[in-house]
Amino acid sequence: MDQMLSLFNTYTAQFPTIWMAIKIVLLPILPLIIAVAFYTLAERWVIGWMQVRRGPVYIGMGILQPFADTFKLLFKELLIPSKSNLFLFRLAPMLALIPAFSAWAVVPAGEGLVHSDVNAGLLYLLAMTSMGVYGIILAGWASNSKYAFLGAMRAAAQVISYEIAMGFALVGVLIAAGSLNLSEIVRAQSGNLGIGEWFMWPLLPLFVIYLISGVAETNRAPFDVAEGESEIVAGFHVEYSGSAFAIFFLAEYANMILVSFLVPLFFMGGWLSPCPESWGWIGKGGPHWLALKVGIIAFSFLWFRATFPRYRYDQIMRLGWKVFIPITIVWVMVTGVLVYTGALVPNA
Amino acid sequence: MELSGYLPVLLFLGLAALIAAALLAIGTLIGPKRPGADKHAPYECGFVAFEDARMKFDVRYYLMAILFIVFDLEIAFIFPWAVVFRDIGLIGLIEMGMFLLLLVLGFVYVWKKGALEWE
Repeated sequence: MDQMLSLFNTYTAQFPTIWMAIKIVLLPILPLIIAVAFYTLAERWVIGWMQVRRGPVYIGMGILQPFADTFKLLFKELLIPSKSNLFLFRLAPMLALIPAFSAWAVVPAGEGLVHSDVNAGLLYLLAMTSMGVYGIILAGWASNSKYAFLGAMRAAAQVISYEIAMGFALVGVLIAAGSLNLSEIVRAQSGNLGIGEWFMWPLLPLFVIYLISGVAETNRAPFDVAEGESEIVAGFHVEYSGSAFAIFFLAEYANMILVSFLVPLFFMGGWLSPCPESWGWIGKGGPHWLALKVGIIAFSFLWFRATFPRYRYDQIMRLGWKVFIPITIVWVMVTGVLVYTGALVPNA
Repeated sequence: MELSGYLPVLLFLGLAALIAAALLAIGTLIGPKRPGADKHAPYECGFVAFEDARMKFDVRYYLMAILFIVFDLEIAFIFPWAVVFRDIGLIGLIEMGMFLLLLVLGFVYVWKKGALEWE
């Protein structure tokens, strides 16, 4: 056993890059894929429950349903429309998945539990989430199909519109935290008041706007006109089948889970406990608190879908440009004044 | 400047590309291949596709893209200011107030011109 351990240590010391790649696959990527699988199951169960029906119950009591879906998609024929642009048609799903997965490099799961603890983490995140739109627009254009094209145009305009509100909301967080590093942003929300120190209170409008923009960014209901199945079938990925469709699916759900992580990290104290630190073990932070908060946000994504009717496209654009952007600009200045006057003092 | 912290970022990009490529390859290899002219035609609810899908589109989408670039650039400018805001104090606050005021002026102009209307 000791021999094996020392052998293991020599190997990891000799090939640090390979070891790091293995760690990356083991920690965020594999669990992420499994989480996506069970998130789709949770979605069907939760929405079924909210609509007073049962949801998937047959394949292994429903638990094995996501695996059945995965294998079905993998064994289906990968159709490539005759009029499509071959290279771009294959590149688009990759361009959708790469940013959805790589953004996780800077997302901390707890104190020090992060792969890339870089000082420009937030900038990198913003860059990665912006990249996602390329996958959508390329998919729509390369398919050379009218539905896909319309869906892509809608999705692209919607995503970039909400990107602005999202960016301004993050500026507010930045002013309050004074750092681009995600772990630093969480640490800035620690203090004796527990839940009272979180940025969601002084930055309440930004918190709400960031959450709603997160739903709009991932093209989820009630902002899912981009793939509104009742008018343009499936939007930008209407021509994709089999595993190529699975990649888009994976990217969309990975992005939803990513937003479910980012909202708690930026506004809800990340892995910090809602109880004051002086309360002993219950006031101690840890990944379990983050998991709880992520669960709440991820659940609300499903809840939104079951509750709200779909917005009309002009309403979506009006909400993004004429409501969110003015509010965020005003609140960025308010946050600046709050920090300048010392009303908002982050603890780092 | 510590660059080694960005190595995981690079690995993440590589691994994500690998996973996506692998999924596409699996789908191509194990999926059945039964081609047919109608099957590979662009989907149009069962009808034979008329006209090309590379058609004219509403100029407002283009307008959105232009406005997005302007506003996103402003945000990129505000980011460094937000990080060092605590160190520059009142001057920084006033300067950013002026900067945002100019931005808001442009925004009001765009609004009044009707560039944000979607009817």
